[in-house]
Amino acid sequence: MIELAQVVKTYSAGLATPYTAVAGVTLDIPGGQLTVLKGPSGSGKTTLLSLIGCMARPTSGRIHLRGLPPGLLPPGADADPLEITSLPERFLTTIRRRTFGFIFQQFNLVRGISVLENVMLPTYPTGEDREAVEARAVTRLEALGMARHLKAPVDRLSGGEAQRVAIARALINDPPVIIADEPTAHLDSRLSAEFMELMGQFKGAGRTLLIASHDPIVHDSPLADLVIVMRDGQVVSAP
Amino acid sequence: MRPSLQRHRSVLDFALSSLLRRKGRNLALTAVYTLVVFVLASLVFFVQALKHEAGELLEHAPDMVVQRMVAGRHDPMPASQVEAIREIRGVEEAEARLWGYYYDPVYGGNLTVMASPDPTLLPGSARIGRGVARNMRVAEGDMVPLRGYDGLPLLFTIQQVLAEDSELVASDLVLLSPADVRTLFHLPEGLATDLAIKAGNPRELTTIATKIVEKFPDARPILKSEMLRTYEAAFDWRGGLMVVVLASAILSFIIFAWDKATGLSAEERKEIGILKSIGWESGDVLLLKFWEGAVVSLAAFLGGVLLAYGHVFFFSATLFEHALKGWSVLFPRFRLIPALDAYQITVLFFLTVLPYTAATLVPCWRAAMADPDSAMRS
Repeated sequence: MIELAQVVKTYSAGLATPYTAVAGVTLDIPGGQLTVLKGPSGSGKTTLLSLIGCMARPTSGRIHLRGLPPGLLPPGADADPLEITSLPERFLTTIRRRTFGFIFQQFNLVRGISVLENVMLPTYPTGEDREAVEARAVTRLEALGMARHLKAPVDRLSGGEAQRVAIARALINDPPVIIADEPTAHLDSRLSAEFMELMGQFKGAGRTLLIASHDPIVHDSPLADLVIVMRDGQVVSAP
Repeated sequence: MRPSLQRHRSVLDFALSSLLRRKGRNLALTAVYTLVVFVLASLVFFVQALKHEAGELLEHAPDMVVQRMVAGRHDPMPASQVEAIREIRGVEEAEARLWGYYYDPVYGGNLTVMASPDPTLLPGSARIGRGVARNMRVAEGDMVPLRGYDGLPLLFTIQQVLAEDSELVASDLVLLSPADVRTLFHLPEGLATDLAIKAGNPRELTTIATKIVEKFPDARPILKSEMLRTYEAAFDWRGGLMVVVLASAILSFIIFAWDKATGLSAEERKEIGILKSIGWESGDVLLLKFWEGAVVSLAAFLGGVLLAYGHVFFFSATLFEHALKGWSVLFPRFRLIPALDAYQITVLFFLTVLPYTAATLVPCWRAAMADPDSAMRS
């Protein structure tokens, strides 16, 4: 579903201290499966996730998305596979919004607003009907056991609760791909196991899951279909 | 609701909740901003209203005033001159006026004493302005002593305290009968302070003035247009006096806007990164920041303008009283008639709201252009 060809990402390119975080990665990530990017800190996992998730552009190389339903494509982009690295920002944002749901290591919730508002936030620029969005957000939160926290400010949530809000937010636009960066880094073993259980449900529902983690609970999980080991910006082991 | 409207509504709602999240900071910001707009708008309203009043007053002023000069100073005119001027072709009316200044040592104020042509104002009676009544703490029917040229007191019964409407010009005014003015100032019969002239055709005023000067080289004709210019200069000067205040207000606004333009907190940067990473475009982030800036600046503009309106037109510009209402201790208490100039309000709007909104957008534009992956790394 996601194909990477010789992808390189160099930060501060052209300056005195350039840093290459991803150095020529070629990969094929299958759809409907759980893929884990495994590796130590600084191995390039997060950078690779942000490149796949259209959050940054590679310095060189190509990324293709294959088999996206036409409704998820930006207007005018109907090629299959769709080469996303050269698309303008507007198209990238549309793809990011419709195709990917992100779960960040620090959860990245907006402080000071309610759980419900945080989950609805990705839909605001779309001009979608507020009542429909709210109903969908409530359904997502109820499914994650957060029904009684709808109006609570996110600042008061525990780590596990905050992560479930982040998951609900990632699901609000019903994306086919979930990207999670070190999702269990701030969770204890029980919550980490619960998180993997949820991932199992999403996989069962046909979503593609891409998780970067060096937590054995994640990469040793029987749910993981593909484990890619990274080091120094390169893939050192992939099936 | 149409998607584009719904988008604006949702982003505006979020902008309002963002402002409320940083309540303390935004309230302080709006308060400072409102204060700056209040000072600027008060000045604009005050100077505009004064100019308007001056124009209205001069509409009823004589077309020309003729004074007699001796050694470069104003001196009383002999009645013979008055009669001769009255006979010049083109002069429709010529009224000899009697007036002078009276310093009241008890209250430390200067009064303008004038003879009234109204025959119902009998000798021994006076009509006084509100400022005089207020300072002397007298009302209609009370007696007021004025010290004559020889030091002896003259007693006058107050027949009327002049209406509030005329307070701007009549605050320090004392109207007496012509005989009482002559007695008070020791002005002999046959002399007048000056001459008020009305011309049949205002276009002939310059010719009449030339004829007067030819006939009486010691006469000094002052045209209404010259008086208008002097008034305008006076009010402009007073406006100019407040240029210092104006400059300080504008300077504070620039510092304030600059601070806003250069300062985007780490939390705001992080929030922009989060919004971009969850599917907001740079344009959506800018729309959000535009609404935030617009809400603050419009609230401050409306608040500042309304407060300034109340301050100038309901409380008679109390805060500027000492700087703007003349040098006398008899500060006129008056209510200015609202004279708003749409052009000036528009200029004020563009000078305050636009720079602030732009100042808000610039740093956000820089942050919004960054790749959203910075949020992943925070």
